[in-house]
Amino acid sequence: MLEILQDFWLQLLIGQYPKGPLGGVVMTLILAVCGLLASLPLAVLLAIARVSPYRWVSRSAAVFVNCVRGMPLLMLIFWSYFVLPKLTGFSLSGFWTLLVALVIYESAYLSEVVRSGIEALPRGQIEASRSLGVGYWTTMRKVVLPQALFNVLPSMTSQFVSTIKETSLGYVISVNELTFAANQVNNMLLTKPLQVFGLLALIYFIVCFSLSRALRSLEWRVRRARAMV
Amino acid sequence: MIKLQQVNKWYGEHHVLKDVNLEVARGEVVVVCGPSGSGKSTLIRTINRLEAIGNGKILVDGDDVHAKSTNINRLRQKIGFVFQQFNLFPHMSVLDNVLYAPVNILKQPRAQATELARTLLERVGLADKVKAFPGNLSGGQQQRVAIARALALKPPVMLFDEPTSALDPEMVGEVLQVMKSLAKDGMTMVCVTHEMGFARDVCDRVIFMDGGVILESATPAEFFSAPKTPRAQRFLADVIGH
Repeated sequence: MLEILQDFWLQLLIGQYPKGPLGGVVMTLILAVCGLLASLPLAVLLAIARVSPYRWVSRSAAVFVNCVRGMPLLMLIFWSYFVLPKLTGFSLSGFWTLLVALVIYESAYLSEVVRSGIEALPRGQIEASRSLGVGYWTTMRKVVLPQALFNVLPSMTSQFVSTIKETSLGYVISVNELTFAANQVNNMLLTKPLQVFGLLALIYFIVCFSLSRALRSLEWRVRRARAMV
Repeated sequence: MIKLQQVNKWYGEHHVLKDVNLEVARGEVVVVCGPSGSGKSTLIRTINRLEAIGNGKILVDGDDVHAKSTNINRLRQKIGFVFQQFNLFPHMSVLDNVLYAPVNILKQPRAQATELARTLLERVGLADKVKAFPGNLSGGQQQRVAIARALALKPPVMLFDEPTSALDPEMVGEVLQVMKSLAKDGMTMVCVTHEMGFARDVCDRVIFMDGGVILESATPAEFFSAPKTPRAQRFLADVIGH
């Protein structure tokens, strides 16, 4: 495995860049980071919509979330790949197709995590803010979300880690990410699939594990600062 | 200052407030007591619209609390509310809890608001806890911060909903002390409490409720020496007798 790493580390890291498209770990990370950065705010908005006092708002959000949760991500990717160009009239690159699908999918799942955090917050927190004369949105921004998001950080971490791994589905629409690069390497070597895909697993693990650890340590630092331990 | 006219409220079939009439004058300190489930917490929560009412009318400083046209956020700025469970914001420091309303509502610059916040914290005896987080404080200290937070917008009215019921006995005194000093300074106060000592020594009037009805409204002297209704007599015997 070490030899494979020695020979192909650059390809696994950045794909065929600069001679070809950017790929490998870097592409996986770009996809994951963009996916998370776009889906988190959407998830928060969806969650706020789901707890909205206006029924039509909460209903619409619920319909969206349940629809998305009811379909496999792979199907959503295919759907974006084949249907989006027909609907919009222009063709999207694999990168954007995958990103759109990921964001739709993740925002639905994340929104449920965020919603659980909002609903688990003691009612008194909202009452305390409202009783001071502070409005709904400021209360949401300053009291509800900071606590709710922090409290569900462990669940969000799982969802983030899932997102990183789900970028590998980009392979089926030929997005140049890590799995794609590993497969190219495998095709060149032909005789060492076990080692190549073992290496692939290891790289995913390192990326995902680092993220979990980083978020965990962030959580503890905040907890200590707020005297919550 | 506060006026309740024929207020009724139902939880489904359950009639929790029955034709409640009450008037609290400016500077008056009123204690509301009664057995649990008598509607006293519900009553005080309707005064700043944390609870809706079925019918009737509640006026605070001349404004109709439950009217649709009333800007409730503006009205609530005039009504400080202290909760049984303190409800401090655990993710903010003590100072930020007190600054919360001035900074977010009055849009005061932090530096300016901090001065007032420090004065308030000094007043409740917690000047040295400015940087602490609620998680670091005892129940009594948390409740005193909560009072400082409620005072930050200088409301003319303060409502206390069983402010000492969630406290260990040795911390009750420090909170009552703060309430006492507020009363002395002429604050209009309505306090739901079981602290009969506080009622006897500090308040101007005792309201006794049972079953959603105001059964008695009397000066503490009258109420404690000669309660008129048998229900109040029984209640007093139970509360003070042991």
